[in-house]
Amino acid sequence: MAVPKRKMSRSNTRSRRAQWKAVAAPLATCPRCRELKLPHVACPTCGTYNGRDVLDV
Amino acid sequence: MPTPTKGARLGGGPAHERLMLANLATALFEHGRITTTEAKAKRLRPLAERLITFAKRGDLHARRRVMTVVRDKSVVHELFAEIGPRYENRPGGYTRITKVGPRKGDNAPMAVIELVEALTAKAETVREGEAATRRSAKKAPAKKAAASPAETAVAAAETAAAAAEEAADDAAEGDVEGAEQAAAEARAAADAAGAAAEVTDDPKVEEAAGEAEAFADMAEDASDEAKKSAE
Repeated sequence: MAVPKRKMSRSNTRSRRAQWKAVAAPLATCPRCRELKLPHVACPTCGTYNGRDVLDV
Repeated sequence: MPTPTKGARLGGGPAHERLMLANLATALFEHGRITTTEAKAKRLRPLAERLITFAKRGDLHARRRVMTVVRDKSVVHELFAEIGPRYENRPGGYTRITKVGPRKGDNAPMAVIELVEALTAKAETVREGEAATRRSAKKAPAKKAAASPAETAVAAAETAAAAAEEAADDAAEGDVEGAEQAAAEARAAADAAGAAAEVTDDPKVEEAAGEAEAFADMAEDASDEAKKSAE
């Protein structure tokens, strides 16, 4: 079985992990309560989507 | 090669997947709306709608086809007795999936899948009418409607001022009927300005309406005085 010949250096490991970045969520404004929410998802604050009650809040 | 099913594969094998979908369909018909993951909701939708189509057909063969998926006889009865007839005049699209955001424990995207309301003939015509008005409203610029109340209010205030002047003149000349008529005109103009002010929140419009009101009051006072002096 093929195995790595050398231990990966701390530098290489950290260079690779330096590319792990968090991405900010795209947010939209709820037309009912003006609160920020995920687009195309029911508003977690007022529980409505498209003028309909979806969640119990 | 048969076309693979659209959407995610569920469970550990084909039998597991069938069982999960059957259980989801049973729960959906029992409760009317269920919260599940987006992937499961998307897989459930075609199955549930096919079962409702069987329920609309309503014969024994259709019932036996449904019984191979939904094993609960009471749920199948409810499906054929209530859910099927409810969608008599709806040509498909019996379920609605609404995304409700990620789950707490594992961040899985969740969704609510529910059976939609019955489609009444009235609702259908209303929807058609709404679509027609939307089409026509798109053509007409929306700005016109917003500007007109302000214009009407200002114009009405001017009319009221003119009518008030006329009433005062008539009163000075001793023409009681003319003064009364002019006062009525001023009052009508003031009312129009007030109605326009109610529609909009523009302070200018409200000011104009207030002026019109004052002029109307003046005109009425003048006509009253004319009446008194005539008597």
